[in-house]
Amino acid sequence: MTRKQRRFAFLAGGLAILGLAAALVLFALRDTIVFFYGPGEAMARLESGELRPGQRVRLGGLVEGGSVHIVKDGPVTFAVTDGNATVPVSFVGLLPDLFREGQGVVAQGSFTDGRQFAADEVLAKHDEKYMPPEVAQALKDSGRWKEGEAGEAVPAKAAP
Amino acid sequence: MNPEIGQFAILLALALAVYQSASGLLGAGLRGPRLMASASSAALAQAAALIVAFGVLVMAYVESDFSLAVVAGNSNSLKPLLYKIAGAWGNHEGSMLLWALMLGLFGGLVALFGRNLPTTLRARVLGVQGLVGVAFLLFIALTSNPFARLDPPPLDGRGLNPLLQDPGLAFHPPMLYVGYVGFSVTFAFAIAGLIEGRIDAAWARWVRPWALAAWIALTLGIAFGSWWAYYELGWGGFWFWDPVENASLLPWLAGAALLHSAIVVERREAMKAWTVFLALLAFALSLLGTFLVRSGVLTSVHAFANDPARGVFILAILTLTVGGSFALFAWRAPALKASATFAPVSRETALAVNNLLLTSAALAVLIGTLYPLVVSALAGDAISVGPPYFNFVVGALFLPLLLLVPFGPMMAWKRGDIAAAAGRLWVAAGLALLAGLATLALQSRGPWMAAFGIGLAAWLICGALSDLAERVRLFRVPLTVSLARLTGLSGAAFGSTLAHLGAGVTLAGIIGATAWQAESIKAMHPGDVAEVGPYSVLLEDVVPVTGPNYTADQARLRLERGGSFVLTMTPERRFFPAGRSMTTETAIHTTGLSDIYAALGEKTADGGGWTVRLHYKPLAPWIWLGAIVMALGGLCSLADRRLRIGAPARRAVPAVAAPAE
Repeated sequence: MTRKQRRFAFLAGGLAILGLAAALVLFALRDTIVFFYGPGEAMARLESGELRPGQRVRLGGLVEGGSVHIVKDGPVTFAVTDGNATVPVSFVGLLPDLFREGQGVVAQGSFTDGRQFAADEVLAKHDEKYMPPEVAQALKDSGRWKEGEAGEAVPAKAAP
Repeated sequence: MNPEIGQFAILLALALAVYQSASGLLGAGLRGPRLMASASSAALAQAAALIVAFGVLVMAYVESDFSLAVVAGNSNSLKPLLYKIAGAWGNHEGSMLLWALMLGLFGGLVALFGRNLPTTLRARVLGVQGLVGVAFLLFIALTSNPFARLDPPPLDGRGLNPLLQDPGLAFHPPMLYVGYVGFSVTFAFAIAGLIEGRIDAAWARWVRPWALAAWIALTLGIAFGSWWAYYELGWGGFWFWDPVENASLLPWLAGAALLHSAIVVERREAMKAWTVFLALLAFALSLLGTFLVRSGVLTSVHAFANDPARGVFILAILTLTVGGSFALFAWRAPALKASATFAPVSRETALAVNNLLLTSAALAVLIGTLYPLVVSALAGDAISVGPPYFNFVVGALFLPLLLLVPFGPMMAWKRGDIAAAAGRLWVAAGLALLAGLATLALQSRGPWMAAFGIGLAAWLICGALSDLAERVRLFRVPLTVSLARLTGLSGAAFGSTLAHLGAGVTLAGIIGATAWQAESIKAMHPGDVAEVGPYSVLLEDVVPVTGPNYTADQARLRLERGGSFVLTMTPERRFFPAGRSMTTETAIHTTGLSDIYAALGEKTADGGGWTVRLHYKPLAPWIWLGAIVMALGGLCSLADRRLRIGAPARRAVPAVAAPAE
């Protein structure tokens, strides 16, 4: 093999690996990304058929006060609201420690046919003062956001 | 101690960093021996100033000096001493000071241990390190002063976020930072090498120990963080593909690639430009990680409420560093000519493929991590790229990488022989096949992929051991001769064996903990029994307990296996009055082969029962065991005599490197 051929072989091999990686990334990005909606937007998209039941989404908003129910051997149920629209959520599992009524929350899962949201993941944050940016945006969109609110949020109810 | 001393020490360190960069870079340019020597002194003095500043901050925490805003905001007089100390870096200002301290210490180490470096190279390395120091010390002084005072001081502090009140905080961030900042040294070497236009075997020999040290610390730091998340967050996961986790994985991947490619430069003087590129990349990714954590631009479990001005400042540092260094690279790298060529089948090619796959994986993780940011900026849609993406892409790229790992060390430099390598690996291949088939036959549930994964892990482990067996010519010479050869092996040989073996152990752990885990999440009343895996768990009762700065409900779970009592597990649910927040304290019983994991949840609505979460995770401890073995491998390589003792003066261009076409 001449030096030139050898160099070509290396370049071709390297490009093949990079091409494979790029193809993998594009393929996976198309199939696995999950959209984030506030309750209002999610409901609107369900109405218009843009969002199908069973499609994975993240739902974010505030946990509605008084909506949390923990049942023996059953799912935890609570409601996520942006002040205008409210979505009932059911979740099997342990709620994160920072989950509280009146606090921001992000649930991942899908809608059932009955406009119920079945979550398989409820996200926790390190910092109780922290508001996920998407939740803040969803609240701003629904007109329920006051500047400085995130820093002032006080637990609605001292657990336990 | 007076906090103003700390404030002064930071400004002093900043001035010294300015001097260090100026004297190092100008001194080397002007060939001024005194100027260059003074850069070393400045580096040592800067390290000393930062030790003082950090010491003052830690003392303020220990003495609970609430006149300092960071202490009042993040500490509490009731907190145990360990968390008072660790709390010093459990917040933005303190952790940035820790970052700067590490940077200063690494600069000091270069000044101390770099005596055998050529004076101009050492001066330039210190100069570049000084520049990075200037950027971060300016950042601290302008946006994140840890010594800002409160007037009047509060009577007591708000307390540290309870999730952080864990021994993990004492080790995880410092380890991670040693890793991140360690790559600043390889970065400085790369820049200095580019300025001098000399990247050769000697350069690689000087860079490799620093890259190794940074990579070892990063390996341990990531493993610690993952273990901490596993036992603290209470839902049994060990890796979440969270943006901040990804941010630590990125420099790890680039660093792993760098370790391998530096060998090629050292032994064969090939892949020079690529190695320099990786050295720049590893530090750029470290900075990116710092930016992602500190700016809060991405949704992450690590995201804290943040000041956007800080994010912009770090972004500016990142842009200048990356832009400047890659522009220099584009300008100078074309001059770096390989002095040796190699055949398509050779150790060099194997390492090049390793590098391509590792950097592709890093690129894929980077794209997945930043994609939501790009989409929200361009289209305004909030999206998330979750575990399905990362598992698929990283899995697909690691599969060929891990399959090829055992071949690498079996290949000869310059021109290898696949058939010969395969001939030495047939025992490992047989054992791996056996392990896979046995798993397939024994597993009652779990996908066939799991059996394949276990086979792959066995392939890595047996492949690494065959390499060692090959080196000591096991069974081909008398055993005593083999033993003698074993003691005579270089640290690097043990290093690669251990690191590859560790990768296999970690892989087995990941497969076992995800494919065969069993879980039970249910509301239990005292007297109820839950079955999980081979265990049955009886909830005896839940009792209130009191800790130093919290109160807790503690469950007493009687663990039985096959009808015989194993032990009582005591998971807790803690309430911290200072921050008015809850944490879950899991109880984990490990046999070394599997974990049983218990977490106590909320009280049920009727008030008499509790949600109890139980996981049975086969092979889970191996995830972290493997990481420790990998780090040990790194340490063995670091202890190699070739790297430690008198890195020899630059050789003349090797006379025997003429390619045979």
